[in-house]
Amino acid sequence: MKASQLPARAGVGFKPEHFAMIDAERQPVGFFEVHAENYMGAGGPPHAQLSRLREVYALSIHGVGLSIGSLQPLDQDHLRRLRQVCDRYQPESFSEHLAWSTHDTTFLNDLLPLPYTRETLEQICRHIDEVQTTLGRQMLLENPATYLLFEESTYEETDFLDEVVKRSGCGLLLDINNVFVASTNHNTDPRSYLARFPIRHVREIHLGGHSETEDDLGAPLLIDSHDTPVRDPVWALYAEVVARIGPVATLIEWDNDVPAWPVLRSEAEAAEAILRRSALAA
Amino acid sequence: MSSMQQRFAAALMAPDSPLPDGLSSWNSRQPKARYDVYRNNVMMGLRRALASRFPAAERIVGEDFFAAMADTFIRAHPPRSPLLFLYGDDLPEFAAGFPPAQSVPYLPDVMRLEIARGRAYHAADAAPLDPARLAAVAPERLAELRLVFHPSTALVRSAFPVVTIWAMNAGELPAAAIAGWTPQDALVVRPHLVVEVLRLPPGGAVFLEALTDGMTLTTAAEAAMAADAAFDLAANLAGALGAGAFSAILIDQGDQP
Repeated sequence: MKASQLPARAGVGFKPEHFAMIDAERQPVGFFEVHAENYMGAGGPPHAQLSRLREVYALSIHGVGLSIGSLQPLDQDHLRRLRQVCDRYQPESFSEHLAWSTHDTTFLNDLLPLPYTRETLEQICRHIDEVQTTLGRQMLLENPATYLLFEESTYEETDFLDEVVKRSGCGLLLDINNVFVASTNHNTDPRSYLARFPIRHVREIHLGGHSETEDDLGAPLLIDSHDTPVRDPVWALYAEVVARIGPVATLIEWDNDVPAWPVLRSEAEAAEAILRRSALAA
Repeated sequence: MSSMQQRFAAALMAPDSPLPDGLSSWNSRQPKARYDVYRNNVMMGLRRALASRFPAAERIVGEDFFAAMADTFIRAHPPRSPLLFLYGDDLPEFAAGFPPAQSVPYLPDVMRLEIARGRAYHAADAAPLDPARLAAVAPERLAELRLVFHPSTALVRSAFPVVTIWAMNAGELPAAAIAGWTPQDALVVRPHLVVEVLRLPPGGAVFLEALTDGMTLTTAAEAAMAADAAFDLAANLAGALGAGAFSAILIDQGDQP
């Protein structure tokens, strides 16, 4: 099984509107990440652009539609399409989410939360095993941004992830914005979460922006909206994690209200500066 | 738990239904605003997917109208696949029967044109037929040859000036009153990396449809002539060839040079 092996540098989520600027000169980024589902058509500009990027940069393929957290079986057609995309582009890494998005035959297009129980644990592990066997590679599983809890949960999310890693051999994608969003939403301390997180299995970090609102009772409710720069408290948590575990591949995600390329690039450069500091300190 | 997902999923697209049982938050047993984040994410994401597939249709009816129509459509026809660039194939039929959209009867055809453009964008890559290959066919064989369409090629026929309306709402033409309110047929093709939309001359759609059905050049030309006496074979063939609508020539087995 091929291990996930992104370079320990800052990368950027690729947006087609940036292609011309990116392609005009060598960019100071370590890798690009794309959503697998956008490259499941037969041909055309998406594949032309990704092939071109692939010649120059390391690549992370990030799935958003496999619904690994479903209790129903994985969509075999979708799994086959993922294998085609991975076979074609040979990415350094493939990742998906601890979430579900399909119920029966309806694709709900959101990363929906699941209770953490023995039953969901076993099903998630079976699905990850199926993915890793089909793709012939280790996958990374990403911690979710959540807005509510389930009464039936019997595991903390960090313990659940630890157990998933032990049983399936997958790696982890630590989304620090998701940690901050979920901790705020659940009125818990993101640092305690990170202290309990199975951090030595982290192969990639995600950083993104969020927006702020309130719940029915006026408590803060953060939304994982990916439409702003990375917020200061998220940068602070990131610096602490990197100081603890050393440089690790770090992605800037900005999916809505996408800014001009130089703005994204400078976010990546800010992450890269933190990575370099930790490399020097080591 | 499967029933948890069942309950969670069922309430997502039903804004007025009660919260699923078994949810909580640190400060409440009825975390409505929190569950509504998921409701909102689902609807917003799918609305966005439709708006990005049908930008000219959205421009025609305006963002608010489009969003309201999209919401009704999404609840009646939720996506069945994670490939959202294919979501909304039945939106034109839905719009045709959507009472508030009856004042824009050409809207479904504009949507069909946008679907054809999207499919062309993602179609398999292939080299378009080099016109020199056709020129090299012996004249006595020309009448019997068949043409293979490029994987991206599509036709959209309309009782409205669909190409002009689309172009004005896609930033391809300045918006203006349309002088000749006549039917238009579109040829959509992506020979290389750019999707082209071309207005077909009289009889052009019948001609290309006949070729799609595997008819020979002669039979297709006769069908087009019967449909429109103004049909010009040389101009139509040159136009479609120049657009890159074909990928290969087929000549009957045994006749193969």
